[in-house]
Amino acid sequence: MSSTVASRLDRDPQARARATGLLIAAVVLWPMLVLAEFRPAALFEAGNLQVMKGFLSSFMPPSTSIEFLGLLLQATLQTLAIATAGIALSFLIAVPLALAVTHSLSVSRIGPGRGRWRGEGVRVVVRMLLALLRAIPEVVWALVFVRALGLGPGAGVLALAITYGGMLGKVYAEILESGDTRPARALLEAGSGRLAALFYGLVPGAAQELASYTVYRWECAVRASVVMGFVGAGGLGQLMDQSMKMLNGGEASTILLMFLVLVMLADLLSAALRRLLA
Amino acid sequence: MTLSLDNIGLVHPNGQRALQRVSLALRSGERVAVIGPSGAGKTSLLRVIASSLRPSEGRVDTLSVNPWQLSAHALRQLRSRIGFIHQAPPIPPRLRVVTAVLAGRLGHWPTWKALLSLAYPGDIAGAREALQRLDLADRLFDRCDQLSGGQLQRVGIARVLYQQPELLLADEPVSALDPSLADAAVGELVAHGNAHGATLVASLHAVDLALKWFPRIVGMRSGEVSFDLPATQVTRAMLHQLYATEGSVLPTQGNDPGALPTHRAEGRSTAKIVPLSRPGCR
Repeated sequence: MSSTVASRLDRDPQARARATGLLIAAVVLWPMLVLAEFRPAALFEAGNLQVMKGFLSSFMPPSTSIEFLGLLLQATLQTLAIATAGIALSFLIAVPLALAVTHSLSVSRIGPGRGRWRGEGVRVVVRMLLALLRAIPEVVWALVFVRALGLGPGAGVLALAITYGGMLGKVYAEILESGDTRPARALLEAGSGRLAALFYGLVPGAAQELASYTVYRWECAVRASVVMGFVGAGGLGQLMDQSMKMLNGGEASTILLMFLVLVMLADLLSAALRRLLA
Repeated sequence: MTLSLDNIGLVHPNGQRALQRVSLALRSGERVAVIGPSGAGKTSLLRVIASSLRPSEGRVDTLSVNPWQLSAHALRQLRSRIGFIHQAPPIPPRLRVVTAVLAGRLGHWPTWKALLSLAYPGDIAGAREALQRLDLADRLFDRCDQLSGGQLQRVGIARVLYQQPELLLADEPVSALDPSLADAAVGELVAHGNAHGATLVASLHAVDLALKWFPRIVGMRSGEVSFDLPATQVTRAMLHQLYATEGSVLPTQGNDPGALPTHRAEGRSTAKIVPLSRPGCR
């Protein structure tokens, strides 16, 4: 009797939950792969290889004509401007929303005190707003704004600001939540305001993560501005759209190389910022 | 009464009971040490007093008001008058010492001043003065992750001294300090309480430290108050009973049995406030 009690006590009580989780993951993942027609072997069938080779060889050699490089430079600057302005605007949207949904900055949760349910309600509503902002892809917003504002980068900036505001707000809140939240709580417990608790309690520990996620989003914004360019929102995308329509693979590959440069630039920027904040 | 707890009970959300039937009344300016074995509910008690935990039963009046009936604004103002020294200082490692200390006044500063102080420290002299009392003034512009555990704990104390609270709560404030520093640091807390007329409640692991500096001792065990007496009336037998679950040796600062009560009346009267910053201390 006592030995069965002892052997039960020596068991990991959470083991069953872990095993169940693993099983559910496998059961869910398998039909997903089937539905997505995931058959990597098809890539290497002779006919398919031939088609891909033909497509890719039209990209060689990259175009280096002076006239095109001038256009490329102009479009690159425009893309950078769209991405940077879009991220700056989305940052302005994201910060107050993140501040509102971060649990560890909630004063009414301490205790818990008065107004707790009202606070929870506000957080749910803001969380839904964040989901709404990022649920609609930026390219759809771009289509809408191109109709409203006409062709050009302005539509791209607005589209980025809205979608990325939703993404940044959600992830900022999650980054702030995942670090050590006791400093902020201790400050709130000593009567500090939310904004002061954010900057004295949470940001010092999360600054690196916040900076690198923001730079990563800027990188994504550069890529997204390409897709939006296809619907007329300016920048490298619009240039690429024109090259593709003229079946000029060389120009397209020069544009792709420029992307590579921009992504590497984002990497350098991110690393430099992280070093600065370390 | 600056503080009164009336039949307080506290059950944590996970169902664990931390406090039951705790009643306590403190006059303004009083000094009380809370002692007891680990898990006795000392931290929970301090957090209830600090209005950071809401009791499940009973009534609490902190600084003569019931915090849980105040508006959000009034509660914030009340909290800014309460200082809490945490056992593990809740200070982000990347913060500079000066910023960590100045954060003590965030409850009093308007937001613009708090944010401006991140760009350029708002009261360097004040922070230096608070650190001076804990012999850390030379670390003013260092980052907190460059400090040792004991130094960080002293920064946590300096923050609360800088806050100048009317009610000073300290949860094992000197657990990471060696005996002489611990003694001096508790001395600073007492000196601060005397200078500002602040009420001081401290939980202490070291019984000798509690008996030396505090005229009133509350012994806690299993979430209940097992005695609440003037320090002069606390006997060795009571202490042994209190710490029965932790073996036969009483937890002390210097492992000096002579510091414990048998004839402890004169031991206390010799207690003086020793400033921390004495020559040759570092």
